[in-house]
Amino acid sequence: MNQQTAIPAIELKGVSKRFGSVIANSNVNLSVHKGEILSILGENGSGKTTLMNMIAGIYFPDEGEIFIDGEEAIITSPKDAFDYKIGMIHQHFKLVDVFSAAENIVLGLDEKGKYDLSSAQKRVADICERYGFEIDPKKKIYTMSVSEKQTVEIIKVLYRGADILILDEPTAVLTPQETQKLFAILRRMRDDGKAIIIITHKLHEVLSLSDRVAVLRKGEYIGTVNTAETNEAQLTEMMVGKTVELNIHRSEPRDAVPRLEVHHINCSNREGVKVLNDVSFVAKAGEILGIAGIAGSGQRELLEAIAGLQKLDSGAVLYNNPQTGKMDNLVTKTPLQIRDLGVRLSFVPEDRLGMGLVGNMDIVDNMMLRSYRKGKGVFLHRKEPKDLAEHIIEDLEVVTPSASTPVRRLSGGNVQKVLVGREIAASPTVLMAAYPVRGLDINSSYTIYNLLNEQKDKGVAVIFVGEDLDVLLALCDRILVIGSGCITGVVDARTATKEQIGLLMTKTNAESTEGGTPHGN
Amino acid sequence: MATEKKTAAHHEPLFHIAKRDQMVWWKAWIIRAAAILLALVVSGVIITLLTGLNPLNVYGEMIKGNFSNNRVFWMLLQKTSVLLCNSLGVTLAFKMKFWNCGGEGQVLAGCIAAAACMIYMGDSAPNWVIIVSSLITSMLAGALWGGIPAIFKAQYNTNETLFTLMMNYVAIHLVKVLQVLWENPKNSGNVGTINRASQAGWLPKLFGMQYLITVLIVAALCVLVYVYLKKSKHGYEINVVGESQNTARYIGINVKKVIIRTMLVSGAVCGLAGFLLVNGSSAPTVGPNTAGGQGFTAMLVAWMAKFSPFAMVLASALIIFLQQGSVAIATKFGLHRSLADIVTGVILFFIIGCEFFIQYEIKFRHKKGGVQE
Repeated sequence: MNQQTAIPAIELKGVSKRFGSVIANSNVNLSVHKGEILSILGENGSGKTTLMNMIAGIYFPDEGEIFIDGEEAIITSPKDAFDYKIGMIHQHFKLVDVFSAAENIVLGLDEKGKYDLSSAQKRVADICERYGFEIDPKKKIYTMSVSEKQTVEIIKVLYRGADILILDEPTAVLTPQETQKLFAILRRMRDDGKAIIIITHKLHEVLSLSDRVAVLRKGEYIGTVNTAETNEAQLTEMMVGKTVELNIHRSEPRDAVPRLEVHHINCSNREGVKVLNDVSFVAKAGEILGIAGIAGSGQRELLEAIAGLQKLDSGAVLYNNPQTGKMDNLVTKTPLQIRDLGVRLSFVPEDRLGMGLVGNMDIVDNMMLRSYRKGKGVFLHRKEPKDLAEHIIEDLEVVTPSASTPVRRLSGGNVQKVLVGREIAASPTVLMAAYPVRGLDINSSYTIYNLLNEQKDKGVAVIFVGEDLDVLLALCDRILVIGSGCITGVVDARTATKEQIGLLMTKTNAESTEGGTPHGN
Repeated sequence: MATEKKTAAHHEPLFHIAKRDQMVWWKAWIIRAAAILLALVVSGVIITLLTGLNPLNVYGEMIKGNFSNNRVFWMLLQKTSVLLCNSLGVTLAFKMKFWNCGGEGQVLAGCIAAAACMIYMGDSAPNWVIIVSSLITSMLAGALWGGIPAIFKAQYNTNETLFTLMMNYVAIHLVKVLQVLWENPKNSGNVGTINRASQAGWLPKLFGMQYLITVLIVAALCVLVYVYLKKSKHGYEINVVGESQNTARYIGINVKKVIIRTMLVSGAVCGLAGFLLVNGSSAPTVGPNTAGGQGFTAMLVAWMAKFSPFAMVLASALIIFLQQGSVAIATKFGLHRSLADIVTGVILFFIIGCEFFIQYEIKFRHKKGGVQE
């Protein structure tokens, strides 16, 4: 191919970026040629978006160089990026709702001459014709569908003359049909000589769209392969890596009775997009049920639905109450009503300081969140929570100046210990934990694993949403794989492989529904 | 390496602002004291430049205007108390991050209710009945004025700032209508002193001191609000809802209920200020200016004190001191009121501005050579 010999449109050499002690990217080398589509593949947190943000001028690399058309480029702002003809389409659109498409497209452009919307509309129409977009330049953003908004974003960067386009997970918000349309447009732009970088973690899209694939894993650059010479299995292995033996203790579940039964739940988000699609599973007492999946596949909604925080379109969440022996349906109940039923449900949410804890309150007051209603009278009783706080600080070795330190001042691991400690102190029968070790160091992570295991041995039904497949495989008894709101499989964690889970994770909605009942096993 | 250095220097701004962890309390007070000193120096310079007066004389007059006799001193106490009462009211909402800009209207609603009780019951009911019913109805009226925006906020997520602000004008114009209805003497356009002869419904003088009862009521209220916010379950809920509605939902707090309940209390406390302004006055009356912009000043007080009820005692005393003092210097030296306002403005600017230096620090770029390369 002549592309390989020509000077690349953009080339990254040894680019690294750190945020404090977290390494987001380390020594990444990439190149994209004109008339080429490069996919960047990687799991959550593998540093894809950070890398692209450095090209788009949002971050500045700590080390390494970026070359545009063979010359070193210093990109310190999105404006610089535009001057280098780089345009990025972000995952979250940046549009003014009450403006029309054309107005949004010219917004912020410092063009000479007077503001001429009709000529702008004409140029927009030209771009649409050239690449096959279907958009009315006069249409207001707030009346648009998600896919139309994305189209506006793409036209916006083309209007500014971008030759290098970066798309951050463009298909995450699209239906399969819209995705096909977008791909057709991207191919046309490639044939027009644009260099296109697309971030994704959907394997089949990578294979059908891109010319080459660059794989990142945990911030490390793994390599680039030609799409024609690779297959799903190789890409999955590059993406998830070789299985790492973790030394996490795992006991055999004893008399595991069903504790929580989820029956055919469906849930839509505010835009009307389905986030949970006919999800059914059983969580048993005395076992750890792992939930694996790409971030945003419906894990949060699923846990919040069980906790009574999410409105469901249909379905039932049944709790097998060990005290009464009856089945209680938790759907349509508020968290308070659920607790009044005697359901001891603990929940460690993903957003620790935004949901699980109050950052500005001290450890004692955070302990009270669950229990402040206890006790008679209008006044708070701080004695018990204070004892609990001190107990948790000592038992879990929370590093803090005192129990009256605001939790936002603690490090991530210590914040998590406080949260998990509080949730376990309520002696739950069901314990749900979403990404409980995210951002934690090895020692804190093991503390959390041990706590979850302790709960399991006590007969608690533990639901563990994780992102590290090695951990899921080492800690859990069964793993539920979720993809685009569907259960794409349930595997035995003792025998399953990473590749198996990785493939299930990247299955999409369309595939799994076409393939019959997704949770047949 | 050389290029890297150059680019790094190029990108580092001259200084940047970083949030401080937490300052030791005595350092913070040194900064505050320095700010006040600086404020006095700066406004001294302004005074001298504009009027040629000796700033020390001017400051002396400001102090005299507040402490020279019993009358002005009690005025200081009364006004401080009412302002404090109002500030305590809005603080309850502020703690919940509900920006209640309707203190003014809630006070006026309280004034209207209190005045109505005095006017319509003045001839028939015993004094204590009038006082108690004034107290209760004024708090209810304030609660109503605060509750309406809260219901809309809870149900439809309307913007509480605009809504409470607009409720102020409703109250002001309502007073104007009532002025016509209640005017005394006829055709004066004013309500005049209510129950001048009988003094029915007027708050009694304790130990012969006109405003002592006002001061005592607000002092008790201050402690009460402190306890409510810090020690009660309600206060805890207010705090959680203010910090994170998501957390509130997660632990099963009914956010809507807390919003409405808190605004009812907030409005009621502001309504109480209305009661103190009417029944507690030495010449009870009601007019569009009875609240006199205090509903807005109260917001300033609440923020200055960072929502701490006891710090608000100091903050509201300072504001009233400056207000009374500036009136005094304007009269004494025959100056225009604006000069007094300038002095007040400068002092407040420094006092509020110094909080920035307590919360943040400014770090200058270390290597100066980088730019010249």
